[in-house]
Amino acid sequence: MTDANQQMVEQYRNSFLREVEENVEEGEWVKMCMQCGVCSGSCPLGPYWDHPPQEIFMMIRAGKRDEVLQSTSMWMCTSCYNCIVRCPRELPITHIMHGLAHYAKRLGIAPKNQPTHKFSQLFWDNLTKTGRVNELKLGLSLYFMNGIGEGIKTSLKMQKIGLGMLMTKRLSPMELIGGHKCKDAKGLHAILEKAEELEAARIPVAGK
Amino acid sequence: MAKKSYSFYPGCSSQKAASASNYMVSVNSMCKTLDIELNEIPDWNCCSASIGYSGGGELPRLALSARNMAISERENPGQDIVATCAACWLATREAQERLHDDDKLMTETNEALAQAGLKVEANQNIRHMVEVLIEDLGYEEMGKHVTKPLDGVKIAGYVGCQTNRPFGIDGESYENPKYLDKLVETMGAEPIENYDQKVSCCGGALAFSEPEKSQALIKDIIESAYDGGADMIVTPCPVCQMNVEVYQDHINQKYKTNFKMPVVYYSTLMTVAYGGSGKDAGLDGQIIKAKQLEEIASK
Repeated sequence: MTDANQQMVEQYRNSFLREVEENVEEGEWVKMCMQCGVCSGSCPLGPYWDHPPQEIFMMIRAGKRDEVLQSTSMWMCTSCYNCIVRCPRELPITHIMHGLAHYAKRLGIAPKNQPTHKFSQLFWDNLTKTGRVNELKLGLSLYFMNGIGEGIKTSLKMQKIGLGMLMTKRLSPMELIGGHKCKDAKGLHAILEKAEELEAARIPVAGK
Repeated sequence: MAKKSYSFYPGCSSQKAASASNYMVSVNSMCKTLDIELNEIPDWNCCSASIGYSGGGELPRLALSARNMAISERENPGQDIVATCAACWLATREAQERLHDDDKLMTETNEALAQAGLKVEANQNIRHMVEVLIEDLGYEEMGKHVTKPLDGVKIAGYVGCQTNRPFGIDGESYENPKYLDKLVETMGAEPIENYDQKVSCCGGALAFSEPEKSQALIKDIIESAYDGGADMIVTPCPVCQMNVEVYQDHINQKYKTNFKMPVVYYSTLMTVAYGGSGKDAGLDGQIIKAKQLEEIASK
């Protein structure tokens, strides 16, 4: 168990709901869920979730901390916002799912091999490097995220799509060596560093 | 109509040789015809879309959008911010709401921005290009510029998710928005009826990380367009466009289908209907060629 995680377990010993309310983005909404299940029925990848949103909300109230935070479920949110617009209680469900996923990652207890967890981190690392997404590097890092062998296999499978993008000038090999970026990447990095520092003063981060 | 000016947030995918560079080409042509001036926000950055949340906590993500808003306020004062990408629009508008709702977040965001000498009030309206077309110009004005009506082209209006939820276009319903069909009609083409997948999800960023699951969703979106007799699909979102266009071979292999459905942007249709060339409309950016549009454009 990570230090950050241990710290939160001790601080909120008896109430996972309170922990979520105080530390998860939009977490203060969780108690408003009335268990109607419209969110679960509206979720495009819902059938793959071990615990659809409605269940996650009840599990939070029931104190099932590990089951929630270690779940792969919320990492399968496609951000379609069906649940948000249909929720009769107007819970910002999409944001709560992202918030739970981030909180689990922050404490170092998110499922390591969940592919969208990996992709989400790759995306963040990619965009924060220069301030803009480098699509070619993002694609390649995705294909190779499970090692060289699988990377080559995926690359071959994606070859024709890549070629199509290249031929239509929707992908450039030049992105590998240079690519688009913010001129003031330094300023952007200073902004992000400060934002992270301010947030870390409220919510701990594993390994820091 | 007098020239209209906006503070423009193009977003990563619209850059030169990026995945939606063809969208940008057609948007520029369309705006030229409609006398819309887009003033790019200088040195804008990525909004982190809806998928950067693993590494990006709430405040760092807000700071990203806030930097764009801050530069826009300084460089393009008095103008609405306009985005062509659904995710850019959504992330920026969400950030604006969050900053206005929470004084502490506003204070901390400004503390972070101060590191680069910036300050945000987040007081410019944040709009999608489709809103500009419908609300600031209107269908009648859009129709006036049609010189080559897209006669006989049957089109499935795929609105998708993020241009539709949670904000959507004023006056439209989440479950059955009609603006894209109206726009198709205004360009002289024929919107297919009862396109049941018009607001279904294509998987978004999960098309990359969970391809099998996403492709099952994409298959339904294309199949329903064929069932309605569509010649092509039109969308207002770069992620929808790419996901629905580029995986058709993989879907054909897996599901033994025979899909070859062009997927274009509303701005592609408009540029062709306004008499632009195939190049003006970004038709050379189609991996699955939109032959009917090419024919009309070359007439």
